[in-house]
Amino acid sequence: MTMEPRTSVIEKRLKNIKRIIAVASGKGGVGKSLVASSLALHLAHHGYKVGLLDLDLYGPSSHIILGIKDEFPTEEKGIIPPTVHGISFMSIVYFTQEKPSPFRGVDISNIILELLAITQWGSLDFLIIDMPPGIGDETLDVIRYMKTSEFLVVTTPSKVAMGAVSKLLKILIELKKPVLGVIENMTMTDSSFIKQEVKKLKVQYLGKIHFDETLEEAIGNADRLAETQAMKNLAVVLRKINL
Amino acid sequence: MHEWALAESIVMAAVETAQKENLKIITEVTVHIGELQQIEKEIFLFALNELAKSQKPKIKNDAFHLKIEKGTLTCKTCGHTWKYSDMKKKLNETESESIHFIPEVVFVHARCPKCGSPDFEITKGRGVTLTSIKGAR
Ligand SMILES: Nc1ncnc2c1ncn2[C@@H]1O[C@H](COP(=O)(O)OP(=O)(O)O)[C@@H](O)[C@H]1O
Ligand SMILES: [Mg+2]
Ligand SMILES: [Zn+2]
Repeated sequence: MTMEPRTSVIEKRLKNIKRIIAVASGKGGVGKSLVASSLALHLAHHGYKVGLLDLDLYGPSSHIILGIKDEFPTEEKGIIPPTVHGISFMSIVYFTQEKPSPFRGVDISNIILELLAITQWGSLDFLIIDMPPGIGDETLDVIRYMKTSEFLVVTTPSKVAMGAVSKLLKILIELKKPVLGVIENMTMTDSSFIKQEVKKLKVQYLGKIHFDETLEEAIGNADRLAETQAMKNLAVVLRKINL
Repeated sequence: MHEWALAESIVMAAVETAQKENLKIITEVTVHIGELQQIEKEIFLFALNELAKSQKPKIKNDAFHLKIEKGTLTCKTCGHTWKYSDMKKKLNETESESIHFIPEVVFVHARCPKCGSPDFEITKGRGVTLTSIKGAR
């Protein structure tokens, strides 16, 4: 016999986390990492105990957005993520040192299992997951191993983005996963196309985050990020779901 | 010592299996430890024995047997096979420590010694697996 022992311990590792929110999309480049990082910051500012797990193993970005560098987990009965800007932050980047990461699907699943088995989050009000795009290994593994996860879905106003996002929403609905709603990011007009598409799927449309020209300058600086128009728009959107 | 977290997964998996099989006592558990994970055998065994103390079903003293599995890698591009122990000499401390936590980052820090491809696979010696459990009903 060969038995995979890591799956047995995951539930215990996640036991003291009240809510797990995966920030997902069918498409890349729509603002998942921005929303995940900003959401984690927002919740930390409101006094919640927050963890942020970057599961975009090919292109981890949360540490860039939040300006996290020269940090490493502490080893104690597992690994304890460092707390930065009030957020317990875990990312593959601690182990790849920003080098390119050529992983195949089976490796992705193994990495996720390892991270979930050895990370000691302690007690958290929220664990936010910055997801890669699509419905591949990472999404399936989150659904499989993080049974209580809820999904916050991000799209842009584009028909192309919404095409892929609809597929993600449909599979989440089919699998009966809770979908908190859809955020329309980087809007430039007041088109209601996305709102209508989302409503057709009977999912809550949460509102718009406008394209923010000043955002790029705030990347890497958590304090400045908190002051951006995008963050203010996000706060309004989050009120709809009591976050 | 993140060995503790992995030891905990072994003990929990052994207990789960024993419960399914209706064992009253676990007498022997064999664990394969992949070389890539570079686990300290003594620390790991200590953690296993500590964690085993308060389990149901009971786990017999010194029930754990550890076997180190040598790391072997095979290139998907050129078919070359090589040993992790040979490759390890070329890795610096940070790289080798990263592989100790997450064996798959070997694809990040190393290349096929013959053709330079990052597209190789860990054919042996990746992580920690439970290979046998014995007990009595
Ligand atoms: N509302 C916005 N206004 C301006 N730029 C944005 C906005 N949202 C995201 N961006 C930028 O768009 C790029 C992609 O965002 P990112 O969060 O990395 O997307 P994803 O994680 O979905 O791939 C980043 O450079 C980010 O700073
Ligand atoms: Mg991203
Ligand atoms: Zn090769």
